[in-house]
Amino acid sequence: MVTDTPTPDLAAVRTEPTTVKDTPGYRAFKIGNVVVLLIVCAVTLYPFVNLVAKAFSSEGFIAAGEVNLLPRGFNLETFSVVMGDSLFWVNYKNTIVYTVVGTLISMVLTTPYAYALSRPELKGRTFFVGIAVFTMFFSGGLIPNYILVADVLGMRNTMWAIVLPGAISVFNLLVMKSFFENFPRDLEEAAAIDGLTTYGIFGRIVLPLSKAVLATMTLFYAVGLWNSWFNSFLYLDQKELFPVTVYLRNLIAAASGSPAAAAGTDAIQIGANIQSVTMLLTVLPIICFYPFIQRYFVSGVMLGSVKG
Amino acid sequence: MAQGAGTVATVPLSDDAPPSPPPRDEPRRVGRARTTWRQALRKDWRLYSFVVLPVLFFVVFKYVPMIGNVIAFRRFRPGGSPLGDEWVGFYYFDMFIHNQQFWQVFGNTVVLGLLTLAICFPLPIILALMLNELRSRRFKKIVQTISYLPHFMSIVIVAGLVLQLTSVNGTVNQIMGLFGSDPVAFMQQPDWFRSIYVSSEVWQTVGWGTILYLAALTTVDDQLYEASRIDGANRWQQTWHITLPGIRPTMMVLLILNIGSFMAVGFEKVLLLQNPLIYSTADVISTYLYRVGIQSAQFSYGTAIGLFEALIGLALVLSANYASRRMVGASLW
Repeated sequence: MVTDTPTPDLAAVRTEPTTVKDTPGYRAFKIGNVVVLLIVCAVTLYPFVNLVAKAFSSEGFIAAGEVNLLPRGFNLETFSVVMGDSLFWVNYKNTIVYTVVGTLISMVLTTPYAYALSRPELKGRTFFVGIAVFTMFFSGGLIPNYILVADVLGMRNTMWAIVLPGAISVFNLLVMKSFFENFPRDLEEAAAIDGLTTYGIFGRIVLPLSKAVLATMTLFYAVGLWNSWFNSFLYLDQKELFPVTVYLRNLIAAASGSPAAAAGTDAIQIGANIQSVTMLLTVLPIICFYPFIQRYFVSGVMLGSVKG
Repeated sequence: MAQGAGTVATVPLSDDAPPSPPPRDEPRRVGRARTTWRQALRKDWRLYSFVVLPVLFFVVFKYVPMIGNVIAFRRFRPGGSPLGDEWVGFYYFDMFIHNQQFWQVFGNTVVLGLLTLAICFPLPIILALMLNELRSRRFKKIVQTISYLPHFMSIVIVAGLVLQLTSVNGTVNQIMGLFGSDPVAFMQQPDWFRSIYVSSEVWQTVGWGTILYLAALTTVDDQLYEASRIDGANRWQQTWHITLPGIRPTMMVLLILNIGSFMAVGFEKVLLLQNPLIYSTADVISTYLYRVGIQSAQFSYGTAIGLFEALIGLALVLSANYASRRMVGASLW
């Protein structure tokens, strides 16, 4: 179901018979509609195009405010400066490690829970769903969380502070639960008659037939972790442990300088091309995978909403 | 009880139809009414083993911090008990209620939250309706793919892009330069922050926000359109009288969810964008809390503010849900 065309298409359904003529007003609207949508696309893409242009431009042209769509004063030196910083690579590697480990932990916790919640024979199911859903609307707050993770559990400056506190996303949990609820019951019952235990049914029947939803959830978690920065910012204070998002955040903060001192001058432009290159290298994996993974995300969102 | 579990899963999309619990549960559920916990555990212990770790996770990382909120009423000393040392009642609440700065950030939060809600909530609906009018599948798909892209960007990247575009020699100033105005240091002037924040929020969320509406649009009954065409309704009337009422349950549910996150207004983005020069408009409760609570280590004071914020958020979502259920019959549960 996930591999189907995920986006609903009304155009096909609602096309009127060709004999019905559009009114002139509607024809004008259609043209305006296309024009507005083209503008939406242009505005959405512009910041990225501008980012690429700046990454390949020389600082002088950027500072003069002359870089828009195309690089000016083409140079690749910035790339070698950024890529020559060993800390950048250490942090990049951290991002990969945190993403892989975090996604694994999240999936290992979320999948069995979602499966158990989808079983009607689970006594206390309402309670188990409830304790998860309640956390969507009320949470302990920043400081109690901080005291717990940093002081009580002693996870400061460890990877666990990044990957554990948000390990289960309730939204993902509910999406998976509704997927499992629609899983063909007969298959499981047949497997049970054949003598498979719950573990056997889950491992040999359910999981292999749920690859699509598992892939979707894995992507949800992975992109979330790849992009995350705040937990790292909060709990890590050793540079070698930072993920690349915090590296980037610090670069931008340093370029902005102490804003009070920079008043009047424009400190943000200091190293604008260095910032651009770093940003570009950070989003590159996402942009490269994006065309392939986008439809999984869309279907994941719809799975959680239309079903249920 | 059974209904509760059934409808919870519909969080984003329940509607006025009476919530039907998964039918296949029913016969069994009656039979199990007398099952005791001991019997259930003995029979389904393997299934229960699946919930042990996740429940532990929720208890440790979600519910223990809720208990930790108690330090809003107790004096917390670093190195002392994590639950505080002595009761001080509403001392810390009094402290922020009588603090001028708190009310300033409270006001900023409300203004920024209202602006975001007023602009970022309706725009995806409009965009979805526009996409829905496209006849070319190909073009529709391209527009969708492009407009979803910003959703996948890290907040850090978004903040970086915003700072670059609004800098003195950034694109915004270049365009304004064409009309002869002098460069403006946007991020140093409090007056500009709200527009910049809301614009970036629109840029990042509007495309992705259309997905649920596009899904809802496919469920609108085609016969209604046919009938209305026979009655001579034009496209605009069809949209107004058929399409919009058809997606109203989705609109209500998303509105309730948006209202629920009203008080938290994009904490991470505001934190990345703000600087002391523009605190007068750019400082919101969550960033103020971060600064006084974490950076200045006033843990109890910060917790009191956080608890206040969370309770308002909970009250907002509950009352929006109640109002929606009473008025249009759509609700989260």
